[in-house]
Amino acid sequence: MSLGLLGQLALLFSKLSLLAVGGANSTVPEIARVVVSQKHWLSASQFSQFYAIANAAPGPNVIIVTLLGAHVAGLTGGLVATAAMVLPAGITAAIVASMFDKHREARWRRVAQAALLPITAGLVLAASCVLAGQSDTGWLTAALTILTALLTWRTKLHPLWLLGAGALAGLLFL
Amino acid sequence: MVTAAQTLPARPKLTHAELFTGFFQAGVMGFGGVLPIIRRMMVDEKNWLTQMEFNELFSLCQSLPGANVVNLSFAFGTREAGPTGAAAAALGLMSAPVAIVLGLAWLYGHYGGLPPVRHALLGLAATAAGLALGSGLRIAVPILTIPRNVLLAATVYGLAFGLHFSLLLIALLVLPVSLGLAWRAVP
Repeated sequence: MSLGLLGQLALLFSKLSLLAVGGANSTVPEIARVVVSQKHWLSASQFSQFYAIANAAPGPNVIIVTLLGAHVAGLTGGLVATAAMVLPAGITAAIVASMFDKHREARWRRVAQAALLPITAGLVLAASCVLAGQSDTGWLTAALTILTALLTWRTKLHPLWLLGAGALAGLLFL
Repeated sequence: MVTAAQTLPARPKLTHAELFTGFFQAGVMGFGGVLPIIRRMMVDEKNWLTQMEFNELFSLCQSLPGANVVNLSFAFGTREAGPTGAAAAALGLMSAPVAIVLGLAWLYGHYGGLPPVRHALLGLAATAAGLALGSGLRIAVPILTIPRNVLLAATVYGLAFGLHFSLLLIALLVLPVSLGLAWRAVP
Protein backbone atom coordinates (compact mmCIF):
# COMPACT_ATOMS: atom_id res chain seq x y z
CA MET A 1 0.00 0.00 0.00
CA SER A 2 2.53 2.57 1.14
CA LEU A 3 5.04 1.10 -1.33
CA GLY A 4 2.56 1.95 -4.05
CA LEU A 5 2.48 5.52 -2.80
CA LEU A 6 6.27 5.69 -2.69
CA GLY A 7 6.40 4.39 -6.23
CA GLN A 8 3.93 7.06 -7.32
CA LEU A 9 5.98 9.76 -5.59
CA ALA A 10 9.21 8.55 -7.20
CA LEU A 11 7.62 8.39 -10.64
CA LEU A 12 5.83 11.73 -10.43
CA PHE A 13 8.76 13.75 -9.12
CA SER A 14 11.40 12.23 -11.37
CA LYS A 15 9.15 13.15 -14.29
CA LEU A 16 8.74 16.70 -12.96
CA SER A 17 12.48 16.87 -12.31
CA LEU A 18 13.20 16.60 -16.02
CA LEU A 19 10.41 19.00 -16.94
CA ALA A 20 11.49 21.62 -14.40
CA VAL A 21 13.14 24.01 -16.82
CA GLY A 22 13.78 27.30 -15.08
CA GLY A 23 14.25 25.97 -11.58
CA ALA A 24 11.94 25.01 -8.77
CA ASN A 25 9.97 28.25 -8.65
CA SER A 26 8.79 28.12 -12.22
CA THR A 27 7.75 24.49 -11.73
CA VAL A 28 5.64 25.15 -8.63
CA PRO A 29 2.43 25.88 -10.59
CA GLU A 30 2.84 22.58 -12.44
CA ILE A 31 3.50 20.70 -9.18
CA ALA A 32 0.42 22.32 -7.65
CA ARG A 33 -1.70 21.29 -10.62
CA VAL A 34 -0.69 17.65 -10.32
CA VAL A 35 -0.76 17.13 -6.54
CA VAL A 36 -3.84 19.30 -5.84
CA SER A 37 -6.15 19.02 -8.86
CA GLN A 38 -5.07 15.68 -10.26
CA LYS A 39 -4.00 13.49 -7.34
CA HIS A 40 -6.02 15.26 -4.61
CA TRP A 41 -3.23 14.68 -2.11
CA LEU A 42 -3.88 18.03 -0.42
CA SER A 43 -5.96 21.22 -0.71
CA ALA A 44 -4.87 24.38 -2.50
CA SER A 45 -4.54 26.28 0.78
CA GLN A 46 -2.44 23.50 2.31
CA PHE A 47 -0.23 23.71 -0.75
CA SER A 48 0.34 27.45 -0.37
CA GLN A 49 1.20 26.95 3.31
CA PHE A 50 3.77 24.34 2.31
CA TYR A 51 5.14 26.79 -0.23
CA ALA A 52 5.55 29.47 2.44
CA ILE A 53 7.29 27.03 4.78
CA ALA A 54 9.66 25.86 2.05
CA ASN A 55 10.54 29.50 1.43
CA ALA A 56 11.05 30.28 5.11
CA ALA A 57 13.38 27.31 5.54
CA PRO A 58 16.99 27.63 4.44
CA GLY A 59 18.07 25.73 1.37
CA PRO A 60 16.90 25.40 -2.21
CA ASN A 61 13.17 26.01 -2.68
CA VAL A 62 12.88 22.59 -4.27
CA ILE A 63 12.47 21.24 -0.70
CA ILE A 64 8.75 21.93 -1.12
CA VAL A 65 8.67 18.41 -2.58
CA THR A 66 10.09 17.10 0.72
CA LEU A 67 7.01 18.47 2.47
CA LEU A 68 4.66 17.07 -0.17
CA GLY A 69 6.27 13.64 0.02
CA ALA A 70 6.19 13.66 3.82
CA HIS A 71 2.53 14.73 3.76
CA VAL A 72 1.63 11.82 1.52
CA ALA A 73 3.82 9.00 2.88
CA GLY A 74 5.67 10.14 6.00
CA LEU A 75 9.39 10.62 6.43
CA THR A 76 10.30 8.00 3.80
CA GLY A 77 7.93 9.69 1.40
CA GLY A 78 9.70 13.01 1.96
CA LEU A 79 13.10 11.48 1.25
CA VAL A 80 11.90 9.54 -1.81
CA ALA A 81 10.21 12.63 -3.29
CA THR A 82 13.33 14.74 -2.71
CA ALA A 83 15.68 12.19 -4.27
CA ALA A 84 13.33 11.72 -7.23
CA MET A 85 13.13 15.48 -7.80
CA VAL A 86 16.87 16.05 -7.53
CA LEU A 87 18.63 13.05 -9.09
CA PRO A 88 17.54 12.91 -12.76
CA ALA A 89 18.13 16.63 -13.35
CA GLY A 90 21.32 16.67 -11.30
CA ILE A 91 22.85 13.75 -13.18
CA THR A 92 21.92 15.38 -16.49
CA ALA A 93 23.58 18.63 -15.38
CA ALA A 94 26.72 16.78 -14.29
CA ILE A 95 27.00 14.98 -17.64
CA VAL A 96 26.40 18.09 -19.76
CA ALA A 97 28.76 20.20 -17.64
CA SER A 98 31.60 17.70 -17.91
CA MET A 99 31.02 17.52 -21.66
CA PHE A 100 31.36 21.31 -21.71
CA ASP A 101 34.51 21.08 -19.59
CA LYS A 102 36.11 18.57 -21.95
CA HIS A 103 35.58 20.88 -24.90
CA ARG A 104 36.60 24.11 -23.18
CA GLU A 105 38.28 25.49 -26.25
CA ALA A 106 35.83 24.19 -28.87
CA ARG A 107 34.08 26.93 -30.77
CA TRP A 108 30.56 25.44 -30.39
CA ARG A 109 31.06 25.42 -26.66
CA ARG A 110 32.13 29.07 -26.51
CA VAL A 111 29.24 30.06 -28.79
CA ALA A 112 26.73 28.15 -26.63
CA GLN A 113 28.13 29.71 -23.47
CA ALA A 114 28.12 33.22 -24.94
CA ALA A 115 24.52 32.71 -26.04
CA LEU A 116 23.39 31.50 -22.60
CA LEU A 117 24.98 34.27 -20.52
CA PRO A 118 22.66 37.17 -21.46
CA ILE A 119 19.64 34.90 -20.98
CA THR A 120 20.87 34.07 -17.49
CA ALA A 121 21.33 37.76 -16.72
CA GLY A 122 17.76 38.53 -17.79
CA LEU A 123 16.34 35.55 -15.91
CA VAL A 124 18.05 36.13 -12.56
CA LEU A 125 16.94 39.76 -12.57
CA ALA A 126 13.37 38.84 -13.56
CA ALA A 127 13.19 36.09 -10.91
CA SER A 128 14.36 38.44 -8.16
CA CYS A 129 11.83 41.08 -9.24
CA VAL A 130 9.06 38.47 -9.08
CA LEU A 131 10.24 37.56 -5.59
CA ALA A 132 10.29 41.25 -4.60
CA GLY A 133 6.78 41.72 -5.97
CA GLN A 134 5.50 38.85 -3.82
CA SER A 135 7.24 39.98 -0.62
CA ASP A 136 6.91 43.74 -0.81
CA THR A 137 3.53 44.50 0.71
CA GLY A 138 4.23 48.12 1.70
CA TRP A 139 6.86 50.84 1.82
CA LEU A 140 8.80 49.25 4.68
CA THR A 141 9.20 45.87 3.00
CA ALA A 142 10.06 47.59 -0.30
CA ALA A 143 12.72 49.66 1.49
CA LEU A 144 14.11 46.50 3.09
CA THR A 145 14.37 44.85 -0.31
CA ILE A 146 16.08 47.82 -1.97
CA LEU A 147 18.50 48.42 0.89
CA THR A 148 19.42 44.73 1.04
CA ALA A 149 19.90 44.60 -2.73
CA LEU A 150 22.28 47.57 -2.65
CA LEU A 151 24.27 46.17 0.27
CA THR A 152 24.51 42.74 -1.37
CA TRP A 153 25.59 44.24 -4.66
CA ARG A 154 28.15 46.73 -3.39
CA THR A 155 29.51 45.14 -0.20
CA LYS A 156 30.57 41.72 1.01
CA LEU A 157 28.40 41.92 4.14
CA HIS A 158 27.29 38.46 5.21
CA PRO A 159 23.68 37.66 4.20
CA LEU A 160 22.84 36.34 7.67
CA TRP A 161 23.29 39.84 9.20
CA LEU A 162 20.93 41.25 6.60
CA LEU A 163 18.36 38.49 7.12
CA GLY A 164 18.52 38.92 10.90
CA ALA A 165 18.06 42.67 10.57
CA GLY A 166 15.16 42.11 8.16
CA ALA A 167 13.38 39.71 10.51
CA LEU A 168 13.92 42.14 13.41
CA ALA A 169 12.61 45.09 11.38
CA GLY A 170 9.53 43.04 10.51
CA LEU A 171 9.01 42.11 14.15
CA LEU A 172 9.33 45.73 15.37
CA PHE A 173 7.69 47.80 12.65
CA LEU A 174 5.21 45.69 10.73
CA MET B 1 34.33 47.55 -6.53
CA VAL B 2 36.40 44.41 -6.66
CA THR B 3 36.56 42.70 -10.00
CA ALA B 4 37.89 39.18 -9.88
CA ALA B 5 40.83 38.24 -12.04
CA GLN B 6 40.00 36.45 -15.29
CA THR B 7 41.48 33.20 -14.03
CA LEU B 8 42.50 32.07 -10.59
CA PRO B 9 45.88 30.50 -9.88
CA ALA B 10 45.76 26.73 -10.30
CA ARG B 11 44.67 24.92 -7.14
CA PRO B 12 44.47 21.23 -6.29
CA LYS B 13 41.10 19.56 -6.89
CA LEU B 14 38.77 19.86 -3.90
CA THR B 15 38.30 16.91 -1.59
CA HIS B 16 34.94 15.31 -0.82
CA ALA B 17 35.05 16.80 2.68
CA GLU B 18 35.66 20.32 1.32
CA LEU B 19 32.79 19.95 -1.14
CA PHE B 20 30.44 18.59 1.52
CA THR B 21 31.21 21.25 4.14
CA GLY B 22 31.17 24.15 1.66
CA PHE B 23 27.77 23.21 0.26
CA PHE B 24 26.48 22.22 3.71
CA GLN B 25 27.18 25.73 5.03
CA ALA B 26 25.57 27.27 1.98
CA GLY B 27 22.48 25.08 2.43
CA VAL B 28 22.08 25.92 6.11
CA MET B 29 22.44 29.67 5.55
CA GLY B 30 20.47 29.92 2.32
CA PHE B 31 17.30 31.56 3.62
CA GLY B 32 15.05 32.72 0.81
CA GLY B 33 17.16 31.06 -1.86
CA VAL B 34 20.65 29.60 -1.88
CA LEU B 35 21.99 31.35 -4.97
CA PRO B 36 23.27 34.44 -3.07
CA ILE B 37 25.05 32.30 -0.47
CA ILE B 38 26.50 29.84 -2.99
CA ARG B 39 27.79 32.66 -5.18
CA ARG B 40 29.38 34.33 -2.17
CA MET B 41 30.86 31.08 -0.86
CA MET B 42 32.33 29.94 -4.19
CA VAL B 43 33.46 33.31 -5.55
CA ASP B 44 34.15 35.70 -2.64
CA GLU B 45 35.06 33.45 0.28
CA LYS B 46 36.70 30.30 -1.01
CA ASN B 47 37.91 31.53 -4.42
CA TRP B 48 36.85 28.25 -6.00
CA LEU B 49 35.75 30.12 -9.14
CA THR B 50 35.96 33.64 -10.57
CA GLN B 51 32.68 35.52 -10.99
CA MET B 52 32.79 34.84 -14.73
CA GLU B 53 33.52 31.10 -14.28
CA PHE B 54 30.65 30.98 -11.81
CA ASN B 55 28.41 32.76 -14.33
CA GLU B 56 29.31 30.23 -17.02
CA LEU B 57 28.62 27.21 -14.83
CA PHE B 58 25.44 28.73 -13.41
CA SER B 59 24.04 29.70 -16.80
CA LEU B 60 24.62 26.16 -18.04
CA CYS B 61 22.84 24.72 -14.99
CA GLN B 62 20.01 27.21 -15.37
CA SER B 63 19.40 26.25 -18.97
CA LEU B 64 18.98 22.59 -17.99
CA PRO B 65 15.95 21.20 -16.16
CA GLY B 66 15.96 21.00 -12.38
CA ALA B 67 16.68 23.27 -9.44
CA ASN B 68 19.53 25.58 -10.51
CA VAL B 69 21.67 25.45 -7.40
CA VAL B 70 21.18 21.71 -6.95
CA ASN B 71 22.29 21.22 -10.55
CA LEU B 72 25.25 23.45 -9.78
CA SER B 73 26.26 21.23 -6.86
CA PHE B 74 26.10 18.14 -9.09
CA ALA B 75 28.06 19.76 -11.92
CA PHE B 76 30.70 21.37 -9.73
CA GLY B 77 31.07 18.27 -7.54
CA THR B 78 31.60 16.12 -10.62
CA ARG B 79 34.17 18.54 -12.01
CA GLU B 80 36.17 18.47 -8.77
CA ALA B 81 35.88 14.84 -7.65
CA GLY B 82 33.81 12.80 -10.12
CA PRO B 83 30.40 11.25 -9.40
CA THR B 84 31.15 10.77 -5.71
CA GLY B 85 32.11 14.44 -5.56
CA ALA B 86 28.66 15.27 -6.95
CA ALA B 87 27.13 13.11 -4.22
CA ALA B 88 29.19 14.90 -1.54
CA ALA B 89 28.23 18.37 -2.79
CA ALA B 90 24.54 17.57 -3.32
CA LEU B 91 24.17 15.77 0.01
CA GLY B 92 25.93 18.66 1.71
CA LEU B 93 23.55 21.12 0.10
CA MET B 94 20.34 19.19 0.75
CA SER B 95 20.70 17.32 4.05
CA ALA B 96 20.27 20.18 6.53
CA PRO B 97 17.49 22.00 4.61
CA VAL B 98 15.49 18.76 4.29
CA ALA B 99 15.74 18.16 8.04
CA ILE B 100 14.97 21.79 8.88
CA VAL B 101 11.96 22.09 6.58
CA LEU B 102 10.38 19.02 8.16
CA GLY B 103 10.95 20.55 11.61
CA LEU B 104 9.57 23.90 10.46
CA ALA B 105 6.44 22.27 9.07
CA TRP B 106 5.80 20.87 12.53
CA LEU B 107 6.50 24.21 14.25
CA TYR B 108 4.39 26.16 11.77
CA GLY B 109 1.49 23.83 12.44
CA HIS B 110 1.68 24.83 16.11
CA TYR B 111 2.81 28.49 16.14
CA GLY B 112 2.48 29.83 12.58
CA GLY B 113 -0.59 31.92 13.36
CA LEU B 114 1.08 34.05 16.05
CA PRO B 115 1.41 37.70 14.89
CA PRO B 116 5.12 38.17 15.86
CA VAL B 117 6.05 35.10 13.83
CA ARG B 118 4.05 36.37 10.85
CA HIS B 119 5.66 39.82 11.03
CA ALA B 120 9.19 38.50 11.33
CA LEU B 121 8.54 36.19 8.35
CA LEU B 122 7.33 39.17 6.28
CA GLY B 123 10.53 41.09 7.06
CA LEU B 124 12.59 37.99 6.33
CA ALA B 125 10.89 37.49 2.97
CA ALA B 126 11.47 41.11 1.91
CA THR B 127 15.15 40.89 2.85
CA ALA B 128 15.51 37.59 1.02
CA ALA B 129 14.11 39.26 -2.10
CA GLY B 130 16.73 41.99 -1.71
CA LEU B 131 19.46 39.35 -1.43
CA ALA B 132 18.24 37.73 -4.62
CA LEU B 133 18.19 41.09 -6.41
CA GLY B 134 21.66 41.99 -5.15
CA SER B 135 23.21 38.74 -6.29
CA GLY B 136 21.26 39.04 -9.54
CA LEU B 137 23.08 42.36 -10.09
CA ARG B 138 26.41 40.76 -9.19
CA ILE B 139 25.79 38.11 -11.83
CA ALA B 140 24.25 40.35 -14.48
CA VAL B 141 26.49 43.42 -14.42
CA PRO B 142 29.70 41.70 -15.66
CA ILE B 143 27.65 40.12 -18.47
CA LEU B 144 26.03 43.40 -19.46
CA THR B 145 29.19 45.02 -20.76
CA ILE B 146 28.43 44.46 -24.45
CA PRO B 147 25.38 45.91 -26.25
CA ARG B 148 24.32 42.51 -27.64
CA ASN B 149 24.01 41.12 -24.12
CA VAL B 150 22.14 44.16 -22.80
CA LEU B 151 19.58 43.86 -25.58
CA LEU B 152 19.10 40.11 -25.12
CA ALA B 153 18.96 40.32 -21.32
CA ALA B 154 16.42 43.16 -21.49
CA THR B 155 14.27 41.10 -23.87
CA VAL B 156 14.40 38.06 -21.59
CA TYR B 157 13.62 40.24 -18.56
CA GLY B 158 10.65 41.78 -20.33
CA LEU B 159 9.26 38.43 -21.48
CA ALA B 160 9.72 36.81 -18.06
CA PHE B 161 8.81 39.62 -15.69
CA GLY B 162 6.53 41.81 -17.82
CA LEU B 163 4.68 39.24 -19.90
CA HIS B 164 5.00 36.14 -17.65
CA PHE B 165 6.14 33.92 -20.51
CA SER B 166 7.15 30.40 -19.50
CA LEU B 167 10.84 29.68 -19.51
CA LEU B 168 10.45 27.12 -22.28
CA LEU B 169 8.79 29.71 -24.51
CA ILE B 170 11.46 32.29 -23.71
CA ALA B 171 14.17 29.79 -24.57
CA LEU B 172 12.45 28.93 -27.87
CA LEU B 173 12.13 32.61 -28.78
CA VAL B 174 15.42 34.05 -27.57
CA LEU B 175 17.94 31.22 -27.72
CA PRO B 176 18.04 30.94 -31.56
CA VAL B 177 18.59 34.69 -31.85
CA SER B 178 21.20 34.62 -29.10
CA LEU B 179 22.97 31.65 -30.68
CA GLY B 180 22.97 33.35 -34.08
CA LEU B 181 24.44 36.55 -32.68
CA ALA B 182 27.02 34.64 -30.63
CA TRP B 183 27.95 32.57 -33.69
CA ARG B 184 28.86 35.77 -35.53
CA ALA B 185 30.55 37.44 -32.57
CA VAL B 186 32.63 34.60 -31.07
CA PRO B 187 35.87 34.03 -32.97
